[in-house]
Amino acid sequence: VRPPIDWFALTPELVLLGAAGICLVAAVLGPRGTRIHIAALTTALGFVGAFICAVLIFVRTPDGESVIAGAIRRDRYGAFAQLIIAASGVLAVGLSHGERRERQHGGEYYALLAACGGGMCFLVQANNLMVLFLGLEWFSICLYILCAIDLDRVGSLEAGLKYLVVGSFGSGVLLFGSALVYGATGALEFSGIAAATASQGLKDDALLLAGLAMMIAGFGFKASAAPFHMWTPDVYEGAPTPVTAFMSAATKTVALVLMLRVLVSAFPQESELWTAAAAALACASLAWGNLAALVQSRLKRLLAYSSISHAGFLLIAVAADSQLGGRALLYYLIPYSAASLGAFAIVAARERELGRAVTIDGLAGFGWERPVLGVAMATFMLAFAGLPPTGGFTGKFYVFSAAYDAGKSWLIIVGVVATMVSLYYYLSIIRAMFMRSAEVPVEVAAVGGSPPRDPLLQASVIVSLAVVFGSFFGLQPLIDVATHAANALPF
Amino acid sequence: VNDWVVTVLILLPLAGALLVWLLPWTKLGAGGFALLVALAEVGVWIQAAARFDFNGGLQFQQETPWFPDLGVSWHVGFYGFSLWLTGLTVVVMAATIAYGLWAGRERARAYFGLMLMLTGAIVGVFASQDALLFYVFWEAMMIPLYVLIGVWGGPGRLQATLKFVIYTLAGSLLMLAAVIAFGLSQGTFDLVNSGTSGSTIVLLGFLAGFAVKAPLFPLHGWLPDAYRESPPEVAGVLSGVVSKAATYGFLRIALTKFPGPVGDLRVPILVLAASGLVYGSLLAFRAPDVRGVIAYSSLAQLGLITFGVFANNDLGLDGSVLQMVNHGLLSASLFLLAGMVERRTTTGEFSRLGGMARGRPLLATLLMATGIIALAVPGSTAFAGEFLILAGVFQEGWAWGVIGAIAIVLAAMYMLRMISAVLHRSPGSAVTERALDLRPAELSAVVPLVLLLVGLSAWPALISQRSFPHGAAKASIDTGLQASPGYEITETKTAVGGAP
Repeated sequence: VRPPIDWFALTPELVLLGAAGICLVAAVLGPRGTRIHIAALTTALGFVGAFICAVLIFVRTPDGESVIAGAIRRDRYGAFAQLIIAASGVLAVGLSHGERRERQHGGEYYALLAACGGGMCFLVQANNLMVLFLGLEWFSICLYILCAIDLDRVGSLEAGLKYLVVGSFGSGVLLFGSALVYGATGALEFSGIAAATASQGLKDDALLLAGLAMMIAGFGFKASAAPFHMWTPDVYEGAPTPVTAFMSAATKTVALVLMLRVLVSAFPQESELWTAAAAALACASLAWGNLAALVQSRLKRLLAYSSISHAGFLLIAVAADSQLGGRALLYYLIPYSAASLGAFAIVAARERELGRAVTIDGLAGFGWERPVLGVAMATFMLAFAGLPPTGGFTGKFYVFSAAYDAGKSWLIIVGVVATMVSLYYYLSIIRAMFMRSAEVPVEVAAVGGSPPRDPLLQASVIVSLAVVFGSFFGLQPLIDVATHAANALPF
Repeated sequence: VNDWVVTVLILLPLAGALLVWLLPWTKLGAGGFALLVALAEVGVWIQAAARFDFNGGLQFQQETPWFPDLGVSWHVGFYGFSLWLTGLTVVVMAATIAYGLWAGRERARAYFGLMLMLTGAIVGVFASQDALLFYVFWEAMMIPLYVLIGVWGGPGRLQATLKFVIYTLAGSLLMLAAVIAFGLSQGTFDLVNSGTSGSTIVLLGFLAGFAVKAPLFPLHGWLPDAYRESPPEVAGVLSGVVSKAATYGFLRIALTKFPGPVGDLRVPILVLAASGLVYGSLLAFRAPDVRGVIAYSSLAQLGLITFGVFANNDLGLDGSVLQMVNHGLLSASLFLLAGMVERRTTTGEFSRLGGMARGRPLLATLLMATGIIALAVPGSTAFAGEFLILAGVFQEGWAWGVIGAIAIVLAAMYMLRMISAVLHRSPGSAVTERALDLRPAELSAVVPLVLLLVGLSAWPALISQRSFPHGAAKASIDTGLQASPGYEITETKTAVGGAP
């Protein structure tokens, strides 16, 4: 029997898939020389379209419902995540354009980016284990290729391969865990798993618990939470910087949003276990990410470890297992994604200027040479460190509040100590940009002056900056939206 | 109750900072505009002070929700003592900006914008009536200070800023944890509407933030480097004004919101304050350079002010507010004078200074006057402040009074040593004929501060009796800074007599 299909719930994915298709066709049929621009424009419009569709879904779905034979959950929670994904996608196109123009595979690149976004939009709506795996592989495979797309670049292929191997392992663990959960409960749908656990008294069932543990590990891989983070620094470093930017914002969003959805809706009976697991992962990520970041000299690796530590902060919100925690998670993702995209955008700009990988020393004097980018970078670092007046501060405040509210005050202390450590390396970047101009001269690649400015990249940075500040000053409307979104989960 | 004046005092410098950053000013234009904003700020403050009812409680309130789901709001207003501390801030900031303009700081737009941003943040700290808002401004002070020291500081500035930031942020992050615990357990972050808390742990979180910022012995590790490597005017702000945010926090948050735990922790805090007082004074006496003396004397003075606050009686509280203003003006003037000396001689080391009084009457007069007031000669406003504080702690135990008195003797020793090392003796190797007397522009920065000190010496009661309603400091603190009993009576009277 063919189930009734709610096409409206699928519009974000469909728009992005359509954009991917047009990119591919344009890459072959479009007039030479304009192909890359057509592809970029189509992808950007696709992400804008997905954003608009997600807004419409958000507005028209005050109460969540399961659609398409229970495979998809159409609710505000998923729509909120789609908003972040789509916005990240638009910004990622902005960063990619300048770099892609000079490289091959433009059409394929944008097609993959759009398809990847589609997969993410699909995944955050998942309502059963099948869709969960399908969506996960959909966007992961796109990302594997995107990481490796610059074959001529040292490290790109390596990054793609590493990501493929480790990521597939993570997906495999997740799939195996799903199979065990299905075996224990006989249900695919998340709410069905919860119902079966309750009705059949499976709370302490070994099969179910093993499945749950493996699923959490799988999410840990995707969210790059320690100790499942091994791939992150290498992949972030090796992948083309715009791809890294998109990954750090959107993949993290998807993985954590989905993790919370699955845990809350499928395993409410096991909440004691998984909150403890999330708290443990949070501590491990905060400790490992921050300590390892201290000794990095390459900027992309440093930001990779910083993103691991932010997975830790976000997992604190997951561990709170409360409506406030959900709100904190969703809100935190907004300034975090913006700061992350913006920071990698600036890395990309500097990379093009120097013609090689950017180290902290390589930033010396950058702040005074490029005041807009320098101030933006400094702001993003302050946002990562959680200092006002940036959204990073309010995000951290909400996360800590959720931990306090859930009776896990000790997680605040862990978070505070982690923040203290993180200040050292975030501030070292500001120090390099603004305070070391005279002392460490940087030899700029002798290619005849700095490359032309990239207005699209600048625009992306300024939009990110506006979001980072805006999420601090205009906090209440965002929190309202996040509250509506978090209400869609069955806490 | 919705008065814009406090909001204007906070936002005016911030708006000025944005304009300085965004518009294409020349070097002189940026500085001149910043000075204009700072002077306008002083004007707004005078207008506020003229309207202030010194027998009333919290005034000029403005409240608007920020994120109501957790009970956080933009709630600002002035108590008597916050009004005085804000006044100190705006005056010192105007003087330091004038000094920066005269000294011709490089990258003027960035520099003056940061100075204005700092002004707004400090005023915000003194005006916030919401714990989270207070924290936001508290952290917002740190960012401009970090950049100001790190970019325009001396050769050791990178080390100094690193230490400064790690120390202060370690303290303030613990404070953030305390703010969250306090606010969520009270159900509101509002400092006026929330009740008191009995949690020692939460109080310790707040104290960590305050004690590092002040600094309180033994958390002063960042102090000598930061004060030596800063540009002189920034050091003046740091020791004169920013440190007062910490003692203000002791007064506004620790005493009123944690009466029980403060009672338990009082003796240890007084011991730390006393240690800082004596230790700082001794180090100041041993310091080899001008800034070292001022820096360590700051440590000592902050110990003394903390003494007065935690004596927690009328005399101690009144004296500590007066002394906060005194020390702010003194420290800023001394750092500016130190900067002027360093500019002429390229050094602040006593071994290479000396004999500057000859042929430089203005410098000699100003340094002498400031130094004499700083060593609390009877009749000076610092004497009034220190006397009140000592009388206050004496009531709590004679031994505290003895320690304080010893430290004040030491203060005379290190101040006189500094004055004679700079002004008297035979001319040092760094003092040449080309080191001229103070210029009019320099005078315009430092003379107003010294005049204010002289004025306060004539009338210290202006502050000491107008910081709390009816001068009833202890009663006011005990009611959580709600209006004092006397104030409530007059309120009721008007309500009975004139209510419709």
